[in-house]
Amino acid sequence: MRHILSLLLENEAGALSRVAGLFSARGYNIESLTVAPTEDATLSRMTIVTTGSDDVIEQITKQVNKLIDVVKIVDLNEGRHVERELMLVKLRAVGKDREELKRTADIFRGRIIDLTEKTYVIELTGAGDKLDAFLEAIDPSLILEAVRTGACGLGRGEWIVKA
Amino acid sequence: MKLSDAPQAASTDVVTTLLTGAEIVCHAMKAEGVEFVFGYPGGAVLVIYDEIHKQSHFKHILVRHEQAAVHAADAYARATGRPGVALVTSGPGVTNAVTGIATAYMDSIPMVIITGQVPTYAIGQDAFQECDTVGITRPCVKHNFLVKDVGELAETIKKAFFIATTGRPGPVVVDIPKDVSMASAPFHYPSTVDMRSYRPTNKGHGGQIKKAMQMLLSAERPMVYVGGGAILGDASEQVTTLVKMLGYPCTNTLMGLGAYPSTDRQFVGMLGMHGTVEANMAMQNCDVLIAIGARFDDRVIGNPTHFNAGNPTRKIIHIDIDPSSISKRVKVDVPIVGNIKDVLDEMIAQIKSAEQKPNGIAAWWKQIEEWRAKDCLKFKQSDTIIKPQYVVQKLWEVTKGDAFVTSDVGQHQMWAAQYYGFDKPRRWINSGGLGTMGVGLPYAMGCKFAFPDADVACITGEGSIQMNIQELSTCKQYDLPIKVILLNNRYLGMVRQWQDFFHGNRHAESYMDALPDFVKLAEAYGHVGMKIEKPGDVEGALKEAFALKKRLVFMDFLTDQKENVFPMVPGGKGISEMILAEDL
Ligand SMILES: Cc1ncc(C[n+]2csc(CCOP(=O)(O)OP(=O)(O)O)c2C)c(N)n1
Repeated sequence: MRHILSLLLENEAGALSRVAGLFSARGYNIESLTVAPTEDATLSRMTIVTTGSDDVIEQITKQVNKLIDVVKIVDLNEGRHVERELMLVKLRAVGKDREELKRTADIFRGRIIDLTEKTYVIELTGAGDKLDAFLEAIDPSLILEAVRTGACGLGRGEWIVKA
Repeated sequence: MKLSDAPQAASTDVVTTLLTGAEIVCHAMKAEGVEFVFGYPGGAVLVIYDEIHKQSHFKHILVRHEQAAVHAADAYARATGRPGVALVTSGPGVTNAVTGIATAYMDSIPMVIITGQVPTYAIGQDAFQECDTVGITRPCVKHNFLVKDVGELAETIKKAFFIATTGRPGPVVVDIPKDVSMASAPFHYPSTVDMRSYRPTNKGHGGQIKKAMQMLLSAERPMVYVGGGAILGDASEQVTTLVKMLGYPCTNTLMGLGAYPSTDRQFVGMLGMHGTVEANMAMQNCDVLIAIGARFDDRVIGNPTHFNAGNPTRKIIHIDIDPSSISKRVKVDVPIVGNIKDVLDEMIAQIKSAEQKPNGIAAWWKQIEEWRAKDCLKFKQSDTIIKPQYVVQKLWEVTKGDAFVTSDVGQHQMWAAQYYGFDKPRRWINSGGLGTMGVGLPYAMGCKFAFPDADVACITGEGSIQMNIQELSTCKQYDLPIKVILLNNRYLGMVRQWQDFFHGNRHAESYMDALPDFVKLAEAYGHVGMKIEKPGDVEGALKEAFALKKRLVFMDFLTDQKENVFPMVPGGKGISEMILAEDL
């Protein structure tokens, strides 16, 4: 099953490679991994999307927790949570496609953040499946390139992950 | 300045004196009460060595290869319970040390390894003797640090010792660039550290302990399974008390030998791939299993599917300091995360005050005695050829079962574990997790430094001993009267055994031609060499060797080339699927 893990780790050189190294050393999957410092500059907040049976997820959580730089790890699947991902897509936008692409972007609440005579760059946020749906809605020959951040998430309401 | 002039570490908060990084390293060692630093010099650590030369608080031991420095420090830690310390230079010094570090990591040994690094401004430039020490060691350390600012050096070393020795112990590397060793900072060695990201659980959950006790007291076929964690956690006294109070059978893993006295009747022997019939059968057939500081690894329980499927109703209680060891390979019913010693103290107190007394388990003991009656460790004695098991038995007699015994890896290791009955913890020093050939001699060195008056024997094979044979020179320099017990079967015996069993008797590269004359080799290093070829000479030779209190004696026993280690659970099989000597 797909799980979304939220981590707080010391904002130290090498902390990311410890987490990534653990996943590869123990053969765990990483679907996506995002990390950046947040309101407290001494900490980085990482979101990892992984898949595995309950036993595997339990082991992942324990093993990650054992890393000295990790302050906290929470499996967001244990409660209600929200998650978002950002995608930037560059599209070939000429002739009649221009209007059509803009309309599709609007439907998905995407924004055009760069445009030239022949291209658009569209910014889109949402859950992963929404981004997938957008890509599917577009004629593949028009997609020049795309980049995605991977998911980040937070628990809903009063559920707060703090150091 | 001299070390003795320095401010008393850990006793004052007033800091005025500036010390260089190299001085800080030495003062930190002093503050930690380090007795020995095992190491080897080189460019990146020259300044540290210069400081070591000026001080007298700890002794530096110059080995002949960095791998041996780490192994010796590791053995010091295993034998004493105090952290071992090694010091190596950058680049090749570090890569040579990696085998030692990985070996310590797999067996959770508390160690601090100080490594030199090229100057900070040269890092990343492919400088001479540069390597990414933090990157290379990351998967085989509990934690590692690269210190880029001399102002953080003292606290980092404190953290290294703290991390290495608390929770589930392990090796910690502190990588110090040369310019950091040379730069100066005020010296303050903190007496404690608090890390928000590292607060190991120590106290077991009261409710879980209670639940475990009820389960244990109402068991009909109980089994106590004790691993290396009980030794690392200094809990063998508690293990012994608890097992005695319960009257239940007890087994130790390879790493746990000595946690429960092997000469006691309740001890059913080591379990696992080369465990006894009674230990493996009891493990497989019990109704309540309590695992204490053990991790159900593949060499111990064999195939986990077989282990579970053969006995789906077995209830398991698991006490361990490391939550990730629990339910990793086998799902447990009552997990207890905590310091083993404290958890067992609590259990002992509860039994004392409980109204419920342990179940009489006469029927279960009767069954166990039937398994024991198979006498699975018996071997055919010979008048003409030395049986390796016999040498170990005689070694036990001659040393009254009280020596520190180190081993390398192979058949000799298993015979040492099976036939030298360990009654005390921290006496059996071997590489269980990584299975590193070459540890035996440096392990014996570490033990001998820690306990100069004790008998120290290194049981080895002619393959393994040659992996760190150069340390005979270190033994000469420091006058270490170790007894090397070479069970010389002229084969990489354990490999040959597997080839005989599973690879159609094809001895692919397991026979080593051109062995050295070990007697002459020992003599060349300035030691005593002995060659023993007849069973009748074994005991006399051992007595003679151990009587030479001041000399290292290298005893080359020519043993039976065809002898195999039994019982044996083939890889991937269940632990009750043993091959016995009599089956063949
Ligand atoms: C460094 C290392 N390389 C290879 C092995 C694989 N190995 C395990 S046992 C063994 C044979 C050991 O031979 P020897 O030291 O002569 O001991 P014996 O089995 O004959 O008692 C080998 C090669 C190992 N454990 N460690």
